[in-house]
Amino acid sequence: MILGLFVGLLLLVSLFFNCLGVVSLYRFPDVYTRMHGATKCSTFGTLFSVFGLLLYSFVRFMAEGERRFLVLFIHVVIGGVVLLISNPAGAHALARAAHRSGILPEPAVVDALEEADKSKKEVAA
Amino acid sequence: MFVFVMSFFVYLLLSWSGSMSVQEVTIAFFLSVAVVLVASSSSRPGFWSLTKLDPRRWWLFLRYVFGPFAVGLAQANWDVAKRVITGEINPGIVKFDPGLKTDMGRMMLANSITLTPGTLTVDIDDNGVFYIHAINLTSSTPTEQDICGSFGQWTRRIAG
Repeated sequence: MILGLFVGLLLLVSLFFNCLGVVSLYRFPDVYTRMHGATKCSTFGTLFSVFGLLLYSFVRFMAEGERRFLVLFIHVVIGGVVLLISNPAGAHALARAAHRSGILPEPAVVDALEEADKSKKEVAA
Repeated sequence: MFVFVMSFFVYLLLSWSGSMSVQEVTIAFFLSVAVVLVASSSSRPGFWSLTKLDPRRWWLFLRYVFGPFAVGLAQANWDVAKRVITGEINPGIVKFDPGLKTDMGRMMLANSITLTPGTLTVDIDDNGVFYIHAINLTSSTPTEQDICGSFGQWTRRIAG
């Protein structure tokens, strides 16, 4: 009963952050700021659902000693670690590809990368 | 070697469901060899060297992930969540030099920055200068503290 309450709470937090991630896709103006919303909010949201699953499988394993809950626990741990590594790598690759193909951050205070690219081209020319 | 051990054990952990058979170990062995071949042909020599297995560094790494990194992640998530709702943004790309020498250290700092909401590593040039897209800039030449808090000091301690 209490377990269900806690897991439900964690899943609700996760749902909240994932919803914010979707909303940010519509509210933010350009590709970079959208990437902030999409990758970040879903990371935090997904982390909470991972925590919820970990808690659930751990308590069930401790209480009942069934092996399938331990297997679930291990799989979720591996899934969480892989998520934490692959998510920033993917976001970085997308952002770099976007900048290289000439999409500039639309409302931007400063763009140091663009300046660096320009000066490099001037040196080459 | 590090890659082989990691992929071998991760495969076994994934396929483990209460009992272990010879077939699974064999498959794990061949798959790990394939992974090692791909990894070694596509990364710089020395990147996976065994010094990364130094237990003191692993201990520091774990302390970093569950200490300042988790706190920074939670704060930044909350901050970006508020920005999504209010729509108050001030974006731009800035550069800063964290002074990291090793590829592993650069990778760790870049991943930490990207994983933290509000900052995103767009590019790293050959000298290790980071170009970071931040969602809310206070000045056009921010200090390291503004961008990533204590992450830089920690990664310098862990991976130089």
